[in-house]
Amino acid sequence: MDLLNINHLRIEFPSRHGTVVAVDDVSLTVHPGEVLGVVGESGAGKSTIGNAVIGLLEPPGEMTGGHILLKSQQIDTLNPEAKRKIRGRRIGMIFQDPLTSLDPLQTIEQQLVETIDLHLKLGEKKSQERAVDLLRQVGIPDPENRIKNYPHQFSGGMRQRVVIALALCAEPEVIIADEPTTALDVSIQAQILELMRRLCKDKQVGMLIITHDMGVIADITDRVAVMYHGKLVEEGTTEKILGNPDHPYTQSLISAVPRPDIRLRRFPMVNYIEEEGERAKNIDLSTHWLGRVRDYEALEGPLLSLKNLVMTFVTKPALLKRNRMTFNAVDDVSFDIGQGEVFGLVGESGSGKSTVARMVCSLYKPAAGAVNFAGTDLTRIKSENERDFFRRQMQMIFQDPFSSLNGRMRVLDIVAEPIRFHKLASSSREVEQIVMDLLDHVGLGAQAALRFPHEFSGGQRQRISIARALATRPRFLICDEPTSALDVSIQAQILNLLKDLQEELGLTMLFISHDLPVIRQMCDRVGVMKTGKLVEVSATEDLFENPTAAYTRELLDLMPRLDQLSHKGLEVEAG
Amino acid sequence: MADTQTIEKTRLQRFFGSDIWYSFTRHPVAIVSAIVTVVMILAAIFAPYIAPHNPFNLASIDLMDASLPPAWYYDGDPKFLLGTDDQGRDILSTILFGARISLLVGFSSVIFSMVVGIALGLISGYVGGRTDAIIMRIADVQLSFPAILIALLIDGVARGIIPKELHADISIYVLIFAIGISGWVQYARTVRGSTLVEKSKEYVQAARVIGIRPFTILRRHILPNVMGPVMVIATIHLAIAIITEATLSFLGVGVPPTTPSLGTLIRIGNEYLFSGDWWITIFPGITLVVLVLAVNLLGDWMRDALNPKLR
Repeated sequence: MDLLNINHLRIEFPSRHGTVVAVDDVSLTVHPGEVLGVVGESGAGKSTIGNAVIGLLEPPGEMTGGHILLKSQQIDTLNPEAKRKIRGRRIGMIFQDPLTSLDPLQTIEQQLVETIDLHLKLGEKKSQERAVDLLRQVGIPDPENRIKNYPHQFSGGMRQRVVIALALCAEPEVIIADEPTTALDVSIQAQILELMRRLCKDKQVGMLIITHDMGVIADITDRVAVMYHGKLVEEGTTEKILGNPDHPYTQSLISAVPRPDIRLRRFPMVNYIEEEGERAKNIDLSTHWLGRVRDYEALEGPLLSLKNLVMTFVTKPALLKRNRMTFNAVDDVSFDIGQGEVFGLVGESGSGKSTVARMVCSLYKPAAGAVNFAGTDLTRIKSENERDFFRRQMQMIFQDPFSSLNGRMRVLDIVAEPIRFHKLASSSREVEQIVMDLLDHVGLGAQAALRFPHEFSGGQRQRISIARALATRPRFLICDEPTSALDVSIQAQILNLLKDLQEELGLTMLFISHDLPVIRQMCDRVGVMKTGKLVEVSATEDLFENPTAAYTRELLDLMPRLDQLSHKGLEVEAG
Repeated sequence: MADTQTIEKTRLQRFFGSDIWYSFTRHPVAIVSAIVTVVMILAAIFAPYIAPHNPFNLASIDLMDASLPPAWYYDGDPKFLLGTDDQGRDILSTILFGARISLLVGFSSVIFSMVVGIALGLISGYVGGRTDAIIMRIADVQLSFPAILIALLIDGVARGIIPKELHADISIYVLIFAIGISGWVQYARTVRGSTLVEKSKEYVQAARVIGIRPFTILRRHILPNVMGPVMVIATIHLAIAIITEATLSFLGVGVPPTTPSLGTLIRIGNEYLFSGDWWITIFPGITLVVLVLAVNLLGDWMRDALNPKLR
């Protein structure tokens, strides 16, 4: 029998600029003991479906068509009071962020017992027993004592387990999980998904899991529904969708997922989602400004060479030096980057990889060590004017495309700023021409120059960022997690663009990421960082095939397995 | 290309398409208070042209006209719509000229506060460390005294050190300085907070990687992005500054009686209130209340419109 039926659901968000159809004629069914994945990129309407099922649509959104049935009973037309009774009792909910979905002022016990007693009316004693039992089921060690703790006393993964216990406590028939592991580290993600799957099978609960992550889909779901712009484009078993998708959108989505096991020349078929914007004209780099021979000498040996770099942050300031508490964010890091090489730096959050990048481009001053760039130690340069010469050769692309562009400036001025500052063009007409060519070259089109950043999507903003970084004609580019804030298909486009530019312009790159599959696609050599130290440096293929450091092996083991994904249309680069 | 034209909008077109203009057209209170404010400001600016009399031209004042009630009373004179004061000056005209002084002092001191506060706030937030600590502690100390007390203090000191014959000429500047300096703390704190937020954003780091110098980063990148809350504070502060000026003038330490502001008019009229000449103080009083209320309501609306959380 069907557990949850969503029939021809349509949800609209009326706004001042016209009505947005967030969900358009979507029908889904969840059976008992089944995990149904809803996958799609941001703005696809997948979270809206989850909110509609539990009756918590955010205003001004409203259901304008279709109905939702829970065990053949229509629930979308119920009054708010009846809906409230269904929430928690018959439909459990797991949210993305375990930090905010628990009340910080109540102990775990208070929250669990209150919910159990409210829904099951067991009385306090029985509810307590059940709460302890639930915590044991979700794998919290020593539940009798831990239940007295407050949420902040648990780690992120443990807290998500508590949230799952909370969702399960009234024995719901359906669980809606909205990006349940996005806020967690990869190692914890695997455990949580395993737990959710096991509980779902044991208790014959139906689960609707909403995610953007193909790794999650591959790990946990039985069936998958693919959403695109509010519409359901394809539905089928996980094996079928991942291994042999029919719809072109699904195909392009799957081809855009960076693979941990193979290295591609380029990501194919990624133009379905956001038009890449054809380059209006191909620039002849041998004569164009952008390709003009740079006015610095050719060089023997590595372009960048870091020697015993140390960065210290003060964690507890004090007037006297001996009372200060400090910690080394980067501790004795040395590596070289050859000319034209793409060097990857990988590590978990807090490993110090971004700090290294910021020292290289002089945002931070190292506590010790040397940054040798083209034979000059940048840490010894005293005057700002002298430093400008090196700044021009070295540019950076940042992580968050929404904060890396000044919203009060036109794109023209944003991209022109480095050109004007370094006086790289002789007239304002020339500056404008260069900016337009740059925008064209990164696939935005010259007309973008007159607009403001807020008129662009995340991927387009990242292209603007790249255009700005190229505007000084650098020979060295630092990319600090350039795609981690982007959807997977946009990520594929941006990575393609970076690859193309790197080849065309012969750029040297320092590519920072926490995402090993992305590193594999982009880098020639990789350094692995852990708590400020460099634990391993080797060629990319060696690192993935024969890791030497124990920590690297650990990281590689935690990568989501994506073996079942279709290889259709992929062009594997020969090692 | 037709495409280019649709993209390239003038500043005015963008303003009328913006959310803030949309919000404005939906708020009757905001519209009414904006109209009232603009009308009062225009009336004050053009006072010499629209006032029926010139209250400062001693030749046109006749003591025989002293203390006439408003025109609709049986012994009123149609020449003096709102009556006259004890020296025979037309109340309507003195209000128009008085509002001129009030608004001049109000706007000038707000601009003074803004410049000082924004500059110190930007420096404090961007430089940080010891500089930040010193500026913010000074702000804390000043904040522990009421603004009016500081204004009184500065005014008093100025009276002490400036020779008497000079005083009448520069007293208005002293007043602007006194009110302005008593209000910079709010701006500095707000701007410092916003600067701390903006400073950590990646566009500022991008500018630093390019090599842009701190002063240019502050002026070109951070300043435009911290101006939103500053405009809200400035609007509400304008109302406060006008009230402060009126209070000081009412206490007799503000502008000299030869160039009366609304506060001075209220004080003069206050002495005649018990002798039945209520119009001398009530009409300037109403003007002050309406002006301050309109500006305040405008500021309230702006605060709500610019705060995405309340929208």
